Amino acid sequence: MNRRNFLRNTGFVAAGSLFVPAFMKPLEAMALDELSLYKNLVVVQLSGGNDGLNTVIPFGNDIYYQKRKNIAIKPEEVIKLNDMQGLNPNMKALQEIYDQGWMTIINDVGYPNPDRSHFRSMDIWQSGSDSNQFLSTGWIGRYLDSNCQTCKFPYTAIEVDDSLSLAMKGQTKKGIALKDPAALFRNTNDPFFKAVLQSDKEHLDEDNLGYLYKTMIETQSSASYIQNTSKIYQSKSTYPQSGFANQLKTVSKFISSGLKTRVYYVSLSGFDTHVNQINQQGNLLKQYSEGMAAFLKDLKTNNKLEDTLVITFSEFGRRVEQNASNGTDHGTANNMFIFGGRLKKQGIFNAAPNLSDLDTGDLKYQLDFRQVYGTILDKWLDVNNADILNKKFNTLDFI
Amino acid sequence: MNAKDNFIKVKHLYNRAGFGISYSDLNKLSRKNLNKVVDDLLKEPKKDDAITLVDTTESKRQLLVQTALNAKKELDDEEKKMRQEIVRMRNEMSRNLNIAWINQMINTETPLREKMTLFWHGHFACRSNNPMYAQQLNNIQRQHGLGSFKTLLVEVSKSPAMLQYLNNQQNRKGKPNENFARELMELFTLGRGNYTEQDIKESARSFTGWMYDKDGTFIFRKNLHDEGTKTFFGKIGNFEGENIIDIILDKPETAEFISRKVYKFFVNDNPNEAHVKELANHFYNSKYNISELMKKLFTSDWFYNPENVGTKIKSPAEFLVGLSREFFVTYNKPLVLIQLQSSLGQYLFNPPNVAGWPGGQSWIDSSSLMLRMRIPSLVLNDGEIDFSGKADPEDEAVIALSRTATTNANTNTKPKSFVNAQADWPKFLNTLPKGLTPLQLTEFLLQPKLNDKITRMVSDNKGLRSTAVEITSMPEYQLC
Repeated sequence: MNRRNFLRNTGFVAAGSLFVPAFMKPLEAMALDELSLYKNLVVVQLSGGNDGLNTVIPFGNDIYYQKRKNIAIKPEEVIKLNDMQGLNPNMKALQEIYDQGWMTIINDVGYPNPDRSHFRSMDIWQSGSDSNQFLSTGWIGRYLDSNCQTCKFPYTAIEVDDSLSLAMKGQTKKGIALKDPAALFRNTNDPFFKAVLQSDKEHLDEDNLGYLYKTMIETQSSASYIQNTSKIYQSKSTYPQSGFANQLKTVSKFISSGLKTRVYYVSLSGFDTHVNQINQQGNLLKQYSEGMAAFLKDLKTNNKLEDTLVITFSEFGRRVEQNASNGTDHGTANNMFIFGGRLKKQGIFNAAPNLSDLDTGDLKYQLDFRQVYGTILDKWLDVNNADILNKKFNTLDFI
Repeated sequence: MNAKDNFIKVKHLYNRAGFGISYSDLNKLSRKNLNKVVDDLLKEPKKDDAITLVDTTESKRQLLVQTALNAKKELDDEEKKMRQEIVRMRNEMSRNLNIAWINQMINTETPLREKMTLFWHGHFACRSNNPMYAQQLNNIQRQHGLGSFKTLLVEVSKSPAMLQYLNNQQNRKGKPNENFARELMELFTLGRGNYTEQDIKESARSFTGWMYDKDGTFIFRKNLHDEGTKTFFGKIGNFEGENIIDIILDKPETAEFISRKVYKFFVNDNPNEAHVKELANHFYNSKYNISELMKKLFTSDWFYNPENVGTKIKSPAEFLVGLSREFFVTYNKPLVLIQLQSSLGQYLFNPPNVAGWPGGQSWIDSSSLMLRMRIPSLVLNDGEIDFSGKADPEDEAVIALSRTATTNANTNTKPKSFVNAQADWPKFLNTLPKGLTPLQLTEFLLQPKLNDKITRMVSDNKGLRSTAVEITSMPEYQLC
């Protein structure tokens, strides 16, 4: 081995043919049943607990203005969707999307015995557990484990990030985290790593060492597949300049180039607005909305919007009443957004939050978040939600 | 027993009971009787090894200031600043505490004590945004980590960190909060299926009044304690928290639950039930003496069986500490250690939930494995790392505060960071015997058995230094 090249990025090295046993033959060589309709799911996580009441504003309810004297959005600024609710003015970019019928807002999504710790509540949302149950796998991860017809590839789920979220980790299968397909391709094709993988048969049994080699081979194989499939694709759409929009641009590139990935995961953080929230949340919502609008229009241009479903969640909403620092504290139920070209129920899905019937100052949830997951698993990802969520959840009719 | 045999056994012992061993120490110890080596590992330290980074007096003062500020309805600008400053200092102190512990693990002369602390850190998993509480709990886990399990359990249960984390502060007469009572049985002692919901209710009542006061000292508030009669596992009495703990420890299921967890941490992900039973009986009969349990484990023949050697995936902490210890690494920017922990999925003091880190194969996914295999070249060869990791959810408030209109809301734009660490190569090379070949070094650094491929790969290596970097970058190095 040439030591000078050891573990350095050497630029593009032609993906050589790896010698691996038949049961792990390179994925790029596998014969795939081309599915005429390849449905994608994109999960967008807003980290920190987004204040849902200042995102979708219940401007028709006086209680909102009484409880939020300093931070309420004035009725004349709200982008009105009906007589009761409207969008934060920073979400102007989504108005067109909403008007096209590509957006559904689900109010008051939560779970019983809500936890107000960011970490724990995020854990619950990502694993799909009850609030007193600790799962070490995520809901997407268990979908991968289910080994369904369309989710058997190591690149079935991609998180556009440096590290993999719990949501994407199954017992036996995990998603793949990458920010830049070219960088992952270079890393996995490092001459040293290639040498490590050369002609190695003895490790590929079921023990831990076998698992490490299997992960490494799959990573290299997936990196090659992703890079080779997506590198030629050039997006013609313009995206705003933000990290979040860049993540979405990468997802669009993957979807539009025909990658056989089913689930994508991206996140935007900074929503824990305890102090002076108006500007902070406003900036984030602007970034979110502009990024999403560009992404959805890009998909539409590429005829992929029909095959794509995008959901947005946050680990909890905020309390109804503002705090003394012109911010809001951790709350419970929150709204979720669903986007796509084939929504069954467009616009506002269910009743606006009831601000006069609170649970010690917090919104009561109308729908369990696992009903939303369950609907997606059943109707979009073609698996039985009880197999993934450990019990059956009634589905909703937004798709 | 021949010296070669002992060499391999002591190496295995130190990989599991500690964080690896230097070649020179290994040479010395393998001349000793194995039982003596185990006894020495179990010895108390010569001097107090509690972490004292967080100043208790200053923290208590801050706590009182903060409580006073929180009680106010309106804060003026000065007071708002003060409160922000306290939060900032706490966060900084929490990071420093994390680094102090990592450094203690890297430099300790009593590795088993730190390894046990790491084990209990995951077993009694807890998050606290108060670094004084976090430090105190960590010290309890160290001080009693090889002592009496009962003392450990009682001390942990009385620590403000745990009382706060599991809401026992809200557990009052007439308004019980069952969080602590549930996790005490489900995760800390008996394990699922060995108690009823009624047991949880009665136990919660018994722990009412276990609280801490405003400067973070445990206090039993009699007026908030439910004095009524409780029925717990068929026993009837006016129980208080410690009675409940005694009844729980009286049940052999507790010894078995702890022994199985210890086995999975120190021996094998897949427990051999006969061996677990052996350990559990011994543990129970020794009245829950943890040293006795560990001694039994490390002196059992089966501990050294091939299926238990070089077959466990190192946790990120074991991986980072082991590498840093072996090569005498100095981190010029210690914060990188936090970045690495978080990217590898084990940010100490920040377990995913009260169940701790699941461990085993869950440590490994495509990104964490690729990062692990790049770290040796980055740390030992001082490279650049294009890995920014995710923000911790608890840091979201800080992120929200520090963000201005022009900055990006994403980690994408974070500047690249350099690991900026140095290995002490002369010191490392000095620990090796004269004339050691690259192949012999490889045999020493890797716990799994060498195969033809590795033998071939290192056979054309000339230098020990480059061999070391290569070997530590292999999948085999992820195992211990």
